[in-house]
Amino acid sequence: MTPFGYSRAQDVADAVRRGGEAGTMYLGGGTNLVDLMRETIERPTMLVDVTGLSRDITETPDGGLRIGAAARNTALAEDRRVRTRYPVLTRAIVAGASAQIRNMATVGGNLLQRTRCGYFYDDDGSRCNKRAPGQGCDAIEGFNRNHAILGASSACVAVHPSDMCVALAALDAVVHLESSAGPRVLRFTDFHRLPGDHPQIETMLQPGELITAIELPPLPFARRSTYRKVRDRSSYAFALVSVAAAIEIENGRVGAVRIALGGVAHKPWRASKAEAALRGQPANAASFAAAAEAELADARPLKDNGFKIALAKRAIVAVLETLA
Amino acid sequence: MAITINGDAVSVPDDPRVSLLDLLREDLRLTGTKKGCNQGACGACTVLVDGERILSCLALAVQYDGRAITTIEGLGAAGALHPLQQAFIEHDGFQCGYCTPGQICSAVAMVAEARRGVPSHVTGDLDAGAITLTHDELRERMSGNLCRCGAHNGIMAAIAETFAEAAE
Ligand SMILES: Cc1cc2nc3c(=O)[nH]c(=O)nc-3n(C[C@H](O)[C@H](O)[C@H](O)COP(=O)(O)OP(=O)(O)OC[C@H]3O[C@@H](n4cnc5c(N)ncnc54)[C@H](O)[C@@H]3O)c2cc1C
Ligand code: FES
Ligand code: FES
Repeated sequence: MTPFGYSRAQDVADAVRRGGEAGTMYLGGGTNLVDLMRETIERPTMLVDVTGLSRDITETPDGGLRIGAAARNTALAEDRRVRTRYPVLTRAIVAGASAQIRNMATVGGNLLQRTRCGYFYDDDGSRCNKRAPGQGCDAIEGFNRNHAILGASSACVAVHPSDMCVALAALDAVVHLESSAGPRVLRFTDFHRLPGDHPQIETMLQPGELITAIELPPLPFARRSTYRKVRDRSSYAFALVSVAAAIEIENGRVGAVRIALGGVAHKPWRASKAEAALRGQPANAASFAAAAEAELADARPLKDNGFKIALAKRAIVAVLETLA
Repeated sequence: MAITINGDAVSVPDDPRVSLLDLLREDLRLTGTKKGCNQGACGACTVLVDGERILSCLALAVQYDGRAITTIEGLGAAGALHPLQQAFIEHDGFQCGYCTPGQICSAVAMVAEARRGVPSHVTGDLDAGAITLTHDELRERMSGNLCRCGAHNGIMAAIAETFAEAAE
């Protein structure tokens, strides 16, 4: 690790003031940042610890929940309101990492965890446009079994590794941000970016901007929601493909529906085409399969990851059948 | 500035780069806690912070100022073994022993999580309250601790026996 200073933010204003300095990064649980600093992929000169900021999970006036960015992943997963009103979120969190890591990881840090692409991590031996913009991407022609099938670019085919974020994308969450310019709010699905020509810019965060909270809208039908993760071993592994879904069924037909996919793109992938194909249709296997086809119609396989297309379709159908 | 480690106040390292794991092993010579991967992938470095299990390899020591850490040395000692340590011996819960301190610290906190009702990936009813530690629950909840020697069956048996009231 290159040398750095450390301080604890006293409050949001203090964090934002310090976070705006060049070379400064915020520190959550450290489960991703400490690893990346050890690999010298991240080289901050100053860390501002934001784990002392709000971790409260509170009711919003409209019947949703507001989650302080410093809430630990375990605390969010075990919250009774989350378990009952947004089971997809609890299920996504406990499908990720290990209990030890979930006890450390914060909600803010989870959003900003970086890709697990092996070429991104291989500082000495590989080219990566995220690490060294303009250098090229060794994953495109390389071993790319774990890489993107949707929304990739000729500059980057990495995927976003988070499970929790897939649930948040499905749940229409919003992200509360704060900077020296004041507070602002972004829709969760607008928070992460597709790689395009600048894969090193992964989110819409401005330099020094702080995530203060995530807000979940009321979404009553999300009581009927779940998460399914397909991976190489049954625990403690990143997703090959994952599906978060919530569905409302009225008289055998699909009413409101939310679907998001993990492991397939540079960002948590909201499956809007599948949702559109489902609304008003009979809640049966044929409709579910048609919706999955619609979403994956744009999928572009790489050399090693063509299997993900069929896997994603089947996972979508399986999850909807569980919920129906 | 101090971290409490197994009951003793220890000053926080001057260099913020020092991980909690290196503070324990290199500075304090508490070598029970092991360094397997140093990147969060094996669980050998598991310790308890105010009773919660974490990975000391990914923890910057400076972040734990004011917190109370328990390592394997704080759970039991030769002649005064923790019941789970005794059970590991009786059930052949290890071969080389490298993962063992992490397994034991992890299991102690895992049982507290289950009693509190923290769901796991294999929990069926998310609204059921305290969790019964079935074989599947135990394996899933301990999946953050790898054992290269493959002593998992003995590990599971030792945990199930020690915490029988929480297990099936
Ligand atoms: C072995 C291993 C396996 C894992 N498996 C999974 C898995 O299967 N599924 C999964 O989803 N995740 C997995 N993870 C990743 C884990 O979920 C993330 O590392 C974790 O969520 C990051 O949270 P943190 O608080 O530790 O972030 P940190 O490491 O502290 O920070 C990460 C980033 O977020 C920034 N940051 C933190 N808080 C804020 C804030 N409030 N505002 C702005 N920026 C902020 C930091 O500057 C940094 O860039 C795994 C991790 C490991 C080590
Ligand atoms: S040494 Fe910490 S998880 Fe492997
Ligand atoms: S006993 Fe050798 S690694 Fe577990």
